[in-house]
Amino acid sequence: MSHSQRSDIFLLDAERTTWHDETLWFVRQKRDKAVYATPEFQELRQLASDIKDHTLSRLDFYLQQFEENARRNGVQVHWAADAHEHNQIVLSLLKQHNATRVVKSKSMLTEECHLNPYLIKHGVDVIDTDLGERIIQLRDEAPSHVVLPAIHLKKEDVGDTFHLHLGTEKGNNDPQQLTETARQHLREKFLASEVAISGVNFAVAETGSVVVCTNEGNADLGVNLAKVHIACMGMEKLIPRLSDLSVFTRILTRSATGQPITTYTSHFSKPAEGKEMHVVIVDNGRTKQLGRPDFRASLKCIRCGACMNTCPVYRRSGGHSYDFTIPGPIGAILSPNIDMRKHASLPFASTLCGSCTDVCPVKIDIHTQLYKWRQVLGQAGEIPASKKWSMRLLSRVLAKPAVYGLGSKIARQSLRLLPHGLTHGKGYNPWAVARELPEPPKQSFREWYAQQAVK
Amino acid sequence: MKVALFVPCYVDQFYPQVGIATLQLLEKLGVRANFPKQQTCCGQPMANSGCERDAIPVYHNFVDAFEGYDYVVGPAGSCVYHVRKHFDIIDQTPAVQHVRTNTYELFDFILNILGINEIPGSFPHKVGLHLSCHGQRGLHQANESEMTPVRDGQLRRLLSSMQGLELTELDRNDECCGFGGTFCVSEAGISARMGQDRVADHVRNGTRVLTGGDMSCLMHLEGIVRRAKLPIKVMHAAEILNGAVL
Repeated sequence: MSHSQRSDIFLLDAERTTWHDETLWFVRQKRDKAVYATPEFQELRQLASDIKDHTLSRLDFYLQQFEENARRNGVQVHWAADAHEHNQIVLSLLKQHNATRVVKSKSMLTEECHLNPYLIKHGVDVIDTDLGERIIQLRDEAPSHVVLPAIHLKKEDVGDTFHLHLGTEKGNNDPQQLTETARQHLREKFLASEVAISGVNFAVAETGSVVVCTNEGNADLGVNLAKVHIACMGMEKLIPRLSDLSVFTRILTRSATGQPITTYTSHFSKPAEGKEMHVVIVDNGRTKQLGRPDFRASLKCIRCGACMNTCPVYRRSGGHSYDFTIPGPIGAILSPNIDMRKHASLPFASTLCGSCTDVCPVKIDIHTQLYKWRQVLGQAGEIPASKKWSMRLLSRVLAKPAVYGLGSKIARQSLRLLPHGLTHGKGYNPWAVARELPEPPKQSFREWYAQQAVK
Repeated sequence: MKVALFVPCYVDQFYPQVGIATLQLLEKLGVRANFPKQQTCCGQPMANSGCERDAIPVYHNFVDAFEGYDYVVGPAGSCVYHVRKHFDIIDQTPAVQHVRTNTYELFDFILNILGINEIPGSFPHKVGLHLSCHGQRGLHQANESEMTPVRDGQLRRLLSSMQGLELTELDRNDECCGFGGTFCVSEAGISARMGQDRVADHVRNGTRVLTGGDMSCLMHLEGIVRRAKLPIKVMHAAEILNGAVL
């Protein structure tokens, strides 16, 4: 199914579409308020962009520096070429400790690698501890947003889910009571866990430490209670110095939710006494993307989700319409790198309005990359044949003024003469499903102009 | 100053009155523009569909049609933006560079080349201004809500200078209308929904005349207005500034 087909399913529930759009627009407005209140915000964006550009240009150096410093701190560093290797490494660490109970804080990377199903298949009880992640885990769904994974759900949906899985009263949709239920349920899991897995927001090369940003404090609770901490990170998460971090902590949550900073910004530098800390560094297609000059900048992404909140398409099609771990505009430029054929419709799921580029805190030229992916897909033959041939024909017409003049006249006159029902057939004219065609005039501009010259 | 009028293909065919208003408005402002009939289209429909290579002959035709002029002026931010930004895949001859640099959106030309900041006239109606993304974010013709809460821009200024004209304050000042070129048919459902939401914002806030600098967005919005039989008139800002009477 294409993005358009999946969107049509989402759009069937018009009221829910309105609610989804307004909810995310509210988040975009919170972002705007925070940005307007920070006069140096545009400077911070430029700084963040420059730091990321620099880091990507010397990624090999910073990765080695990070590894060296992390090892010196007593952290064990592992390298994974792809998702499968990442999952194998995590499982082997769990086996070493005979661990079957694992808590996980939010990590888009482990979603990308499909770690949960892999671990479950191997008999591991893995529990997501971020509230939104836990909700969708109970429902066996994928996240629909990178920061707000359960944003596609209303409180009634959560009430039903908790009734089914956590035994709350049927019809109890009170957010406070539901949250308290989740808290009690997760507390047991935290206390019983042997290993805690976390994501990584930033990895600091000069200190060898990783930084995790959460609002719920679940990463800290998990790591501090478990004997082993495994931090999983994509290799683009590096920043050179600790002082660089301040730029990113200032822009990350302002862009994401409009908060000045996340409630918890946790630095994990070394294992506590008697405990272990591991970092798994994952490539999974990132080197390939780094090698594509037009698309390299997509690796600067800090997963704030601002491009999703602002995207008028995302807000009306929902995160699941992208059918990729990272939805929205950024997902649409990351996904073809992973599987061009499967995700061929995503770069076309945009009007190229450019709002994504303008909110991006690290200045990724998202809409330009969408345009460029379209060209790559077109040349690779990954666009529908009807589009390819109609565009070729259109080009023939438009490159020859005489052909255009005559052809357009015939088309316009036909449109004038044919009955409305025929020109507006919904089965073959997608324009006409919800819109009237323009009323064709008797004369084109060029015909009018030629007449003026004669006068 | 030798000025060429660029009338985009769909304006030529469906909205000749917009081309006429542009020509007459320029004339009132002291510019006699010529319409080179070799022109057809900027090539954007092919390029946005992933077929920019098919658009190359169209790009060359565009440059051939306009290279003999000091300025090329068109009432369509999106097409102008395409010429400026995406004609980078053909050989950058002096002619290509000249045309790319000197193709202007109509209101950008009036304000920044002619240096005219207000246009005398009267239009006593409540006017809703649709900011087209390519004019606003692409050609920087208006402030962006992503950057600042201040709502300002070229067309806002020109329209405000008309007597009796009251601008609608929208809930979402610069959200995309959902036209998006071939997006309007390849993602027809989302496109229509975006347009309906945009129109609803205008209805909620009292727009009687819906206008803008880009007829392509307006063609899409007009299609929705007419389907819903709403009491809103859709017209290009060149028509209003040229002294249209309702």
